[in-house]
Amino acid sequence: MRTGYSPRTLVRELVMVAVAIAFLFPVYALVTLAFKDPAQIANEPLSLPDPPSAGSFGEAWQSASLGSALLNSTLITVTSVVVLIVLGSLAAYFLARTASRLSYSLYILFLVGIILPFQLGMIPLYQLVNDLGLLGTYQGMILFYTGIQLPFTVFLYTGFIRSLPADYTNAALIDGASHLQAFGYVIFPLLRPITGTVLILNAVHIWNDFFTPLLYLGGSGRETVPVRVFAFVNEYTSDYGLVAAGLVLAALPILVVFLVLQRYVIRGFSSGLKG
Amino acid sequence: MTAITTAVGREAAKASRRRGGGIAPPWFFAAPALVVYALVMLYPSIAGAGSAFTDWSGVGEQRTFVGLENFKQLVRDDQALGALRNTLLLTVAIVVVQNGIGLLLALGVHTGIKSRMALRVIFFAPVVVSPVMVSFLWKYVYNPAPDAGLNAALDAIGLGALRQDWLGDPSLALWSVAFTVIWQCAGYSMVIFLAGLEGVPQELHESAMVDGAGTFARFRHITWPLLAPATTINVMLSTVGGLTLFTQIIAMTNGGPGYATDTLSTVLYKQAFVYGKFGYSTAVALVLAIFVAAVSFIQIGYLRSRETTA
Repeated sequence: MRTGYSPRTLVRELVMVAVAIAFLFPVYALVTLAFKDPAQIANEPLSLPDPPSAGSFGEAWQSASLGSALLNSTLITVTSVVVLIVLGSLAAYFLARTASRLSYSLYILFLVGIILPFQLGMIPLYQLVNDLGLLGTYQGMILFYTGIQLPFTVFLYTGFIRSLPADYTNAALIDGASHLQAFGYVIFPLLRPITGTVLILNAVHIWNDFFTPLLYLGGSGRETVPVRVFAFVNEYTSDYGLVAAGLVLAALPILVVFLVLQRYVIRGFSSGLKG
Repeated sequence: MTAITTAVGREAAKASRRRGGGIAPPWFFAAPALVVYALVMLYPSIAGAGSAFTDWSGVGEQRTFVGLENFKQLVRDDQALGALRNTLLLTVAIVVVQNGIGLLLALGVHTGIKSRMALRVIFFAPVVVSPVMVSFLWKYVYNPAPDAGLNAALDAIGLGALRQDWLGDPSLALWSVAFTVIWQCAGYSMVIFLAGLEGVPQELHESAMVDGAGTFARFRHITWPLLAPATTINVMLSTVGGLTLFTQIIAMTNGGPGYATDTLSTVLYKQAFVYGKFGYSTAVALVLAIFVAAVSFIQIGYLRSRETTA
């Protein structure tokens, strides 16, 4: 009883397209703003830029130092995600394959971290990072993200590993492989689906995070994109065209990655939390 | 060689019996993760909870135990109480409206229509953008000038009478911020509901249609109960997101006008890094943590029971 494309479906299609157009209004306002000169902004706030001028983009790129901010963000995000995948999958393998009371308690201890808001430890951690001499460094941020995102990462990996049969590794171990070899050659490749989810969720979170990089990296010259954008917008707050161009440039990299990998990203966000 | 493998084999078989199927990996697999987790989350959280009972200024080690003094101050502090009220209002608004819109979007783009994949990408896209940038985008949309952003748009479609000072009006600012969060995150709720909708068997709908059930009846009795797991996840995610809301406030209003949009997170931030009252700040953080934990437990319990009875 497939109804196919009925008139009702057509109505639903038109309604949803109209909703999408309304939904995109803020984006339209921002993008057109970025291509207008001050006179156009004042006189024709909602029209298409005529003629469009791309001058604001170069100036915004310079003023917000977006080039180095993108490098900082990439370095911190990539390193943190790699460390999270390695530490998280190893720990989860131990937790999923050890049936002792100790390992169960350890698993619960990791789960507590999912509920714990980081604000509770925010100030002692700031002190600790300061005492370790890691304020304003990449290492400090990578350490922070690894610790904060581990509970969630361990949770995802443990659930997945529990659903895998143990026979594979047993066979490898019996053939004389070390535990690390068995993990690296047998288990880790099997984890690819959940590694994809872990990678996407952590990368998006770390790339976009604002509060901690503001605290830890402010004034260090190693600020990430959101921190630079925050400072930039607050400095040029009344220069709408310039601010809009800066926001468009700063949002573009992750939007491009999202458009290329849309299927994986949406699947990661919709599946990862089922545990 | 054979001797070694049989020895390993015997050892492995013994271990296998002990562990119920798998050969347990050595403890050092979990050690690095545990060390980092303890250093970054466990120790600071415990220290934070402890300093909530002190007058620590954040500078140096000097701190005195003051018992419940910080909490007594909290219940007399208009800014903190207002922030608590704002946090709860924001959370309720976000949970209800974001998930309501997310569900409608999911139902709208689920099947049938030709543009469904493109629309999913459009509605989801803001989720991957930094909240800082989304906040600044909406700060422009909410421009108080009559000829910019939303006000100009309202004027253009003949609703000029509805123009507002969206972020400057103390009775409106909180809802303007909430709407920004909803605009950004509704697509997140949508994809989780979509994953739930994919698990609803088409046959159930077809047999209900044969029995004469209308669209609403089928939603009420088939789709909605089967969406319970997706609803659980969505409500939990948006609740924790609402309770800990910070970035959008700092970027759009910085808590103003007055204290009209302060949340627990912005107050504890300001108390620590603007006023240097670290002890008091951690007391606010402890209240926030208790809220988050309590709400999480209540919701897990309630929503799980709905899943099993549905």
